[in-house]
Amino acid sequence: MFVLDQVFKRYGQTTALDGVTLTFERGRTTALIGPSGCGKSTLLRLLIGLLTPDAGSVRFDAESLAVASLRRLRQRMGYVIQQGGLFPHLTARQNVTLMARHLGWSQARIAPRLADLVALTHFPADGLERYPSELSGGQNQRVALMRALMLDPEALLLDEPLGALDPMIRYELQEELKQVFATLGKTVVLVTHDLAEAAFLGHTLVLMRAGRIVQVGCLADLMTAPAEPFVEQFIRAQRSHLPEAVF
Amino acid sequence: MIACRAWASLGVLSALMLMLAGCGRTGDEVMIGSKRFTESVVLGEVLKELVADSGTPVRHRRALGGTRILFNALVNGEIDAYVEYTGTLTHEILARSEPQDAAALVARLALDGIRLAGSIGFQNNFALGIPESRAAALGIVSISDLKAHPDLRLRFGSEFMDRADGWPGLRDVYGLPQRDVRGVEHELAYRALGAGDADVTEVYTTDAEIAAYDLRTLVDDLDYFPRYDAVLLYRADLERRSPVAVAALRRSLGLIDAERMIAMNAAMKIDGRAEAEVATDWLRTRFDLASAAPAEGRAARLLRYTLEHAMLVGVSLLAAVVVAVPLGILAAYRRRLGQGLLALIGILQTIPALALLVVMIPFLGIGAGPALVALFLYSLLPIVRNTHAGLVGIPATLRESADALGLSAGARLWRIELPLALPTLLAGIKTAAVINIGAATLGALVGAGGFGQPILAGIRLDDTDLILEGAIPSALFALAAQWLFERAERAVVPRGIRG
Repeated sequence: MFVLDQVFKRYGQTTALDGVTLTFERGRTTALIGPSGCGKSTLLRLLIGLLTPDAGSVRFDAESLAVASLRRLRQRMGYVIQQGGLFPHLTARQNVTLMARHLGWSQARIAPRLADLVALTHFPADGLERYPSELSGGQNQRVALMRALMLDPEALLLDEPLGALDPMIRYELQEELKQVFATLGKTVVLVTHDLAEAAFLGHTLVLMRAGRIVQVGCLADLMTAPAEPFVEQFIRAQRSHLPEAVF
Repeated sequence: MIACRAWASLGVLSALMLMLAGCGRTGDEVMIGSKRFTESVVLGEVLKELVADSGTPVRHRRALGGTRILFNALVNGEIDAYVEYTGTLTHEILARSEPQDAAALVARLALDGIRLAGSIGFQNNFALGIPESRAAALGIVSISDLKAHPDLRLRFGSEFMDRADGWPGLRDVYGLPQRDVRGVEHELAYRALGAGDADVTEVYTTDAEIAAYDLRTLVDDLDYFPRYDAVLLYRADLERRSPVAVAALRRSLGLIDAERMIAMNAAMKIDGRAEAEVATDWLRTRFDLASAAPAEGRAARLLRYTLEHAMLVGVSLLAAVVVAVPLGILAAYRRRLGQGLLALIGILQTIPALALLVVMIPFLGIGAGPALVALFLYSLLPIVRNTHAGLVGIPATLRESADALGLSAGARLWRIELPLALPTLLAGIKTAAVINIGAATLGALVGAGGFGQPILAGIRLDDTDLILEGAIPSALFALAAQWLFERAERAVVPRGIRG
């Protein structure tokens, strides 16, 4: 679905991505994981064209993310960020249906789609007329997810979608996200710094460090056959807080 | 829907602009002008009623401004006639190299297509005035007598203090030794004399205050002051356009002598009677003319001021919104250009209103034109700045979210950025409106009407009631505008971003 070939990206003197080559397979959930500043968010933003690579290419469904095709391709992707990125002047309903209305969808097409999404994300129906400032953090992330899914995109990109939520809500939403991913079968790319979350939601884990990909595989691969000592260190650091780990 | 409304308001705006462009002159109306002081206004009324009596349509644009504004308006054909003073004309329009006599003046005026028809019948000269009791005690009769009394306190109007043919020239010609000489408001100088806080001031010989304050006017024994004959000026082409009107205007020649002028000034300034009424009274006595128009009632007058004021504010504000919002957007999108743009508009704001108005008269004439342009320019800054600030203040994550959804730049601006900037933008428009309502009172200086008219008239006539008649409605208007904008804000700003 997404193919990155020898992608470089720098911010001034800092190298964010240092020659990344990676393929994201259709219908799979991939979790990008690694310490802060490892380049995982940069990689995600390159996938949706918010950033352009200094060198190398990014392709979506075999098509290059060029300026001319960018808008069309973005409508085939959904994007959710940490704080939701909801528009505060629009109600939950208006946020979710914004793009559909902009593209001229009829009410008869919008209403059932919205109803499906509300059911899928367990969003309280009476919350649709509220503004983001009147909803809880968890509810806002549900609205952001609905908005990302409204046009029924082929790919879903999530940048620390649960990062700002408290642990209870986070746990609940992790369960729900897993169900949603399973139900929809979309290509999902998820950025997280939490190994447990990555392992719980992702089919494949991509561990990054300083702009490079260290290892790609499932959690068992990372644990049993670490590509370099950093993999072990990373896993140990995360496990120290979870003596009875999820695995 | 919203786009429709925007187009509709644009249509209304252009229609108003066209109306304004057309309202400089209407048909064959004879246009009389007057300067910004009582005597000139009443003389304007006299000319107007004489022309009206001949059956010619006529309008009086009252209290337009000073000599420069009136004379230019006459040369440009925005007015057809007004009463001027010969001394002023000599001083203002003859070059120093030209001979300073009456024949030279008539010839010079003819070059500009202007006729000097003759004297109205009185002079309004400069003179020095001193309270009668003081003059008698000190034995002062002429200006030369002042030399023997160096301790006298002299108070002059600021214009007289500064102009070369005022105090500086007078002092040099007579060799006056007084040290306690200060510039004050002309009206205040009279009061100071009346209260015994000052001894000598300059007077105009037809001032009603001379009698009211019992002043002795000193003999100009060295013939220093020029003669200020009140003369009728009109455009030469009026003889062709309306001989009847010219004949009517010429009936004013020799119509009013100095004594009559003093009495008329007294009726207005001391007794507080309206200029039109005083003019009509005299014409009725003299020619048995019927009053041309019944006096306008207070309600009708207030309604007219309100409409004029609302037009000035509404049109200039609407035009400013149409121009300033795109400029604000441009400034937000092109940061470097934006800095320059904001600085430039900031400089516009620092130009004094009066200077701006006067500078524009040659291009736009007198009336609503220059006032609208000035108000438009003053409205730009708050709107441009707030539009810019509102857009720049939008968090980058929201802009990226809009991009990530696949919205085009235009759709992002229209659906996301402008609505988010709306509260700030509206606050800018509200500020502009309130400033505008206050500033529009200055429009009366160039004949644009509005609440400034009674305020200026009130200052001229020293009539507090008249000042309040303009000041109170103007303040209420500003409050109403503020209230209206707050209502509008509540109606159009979504609950989610209301402060």
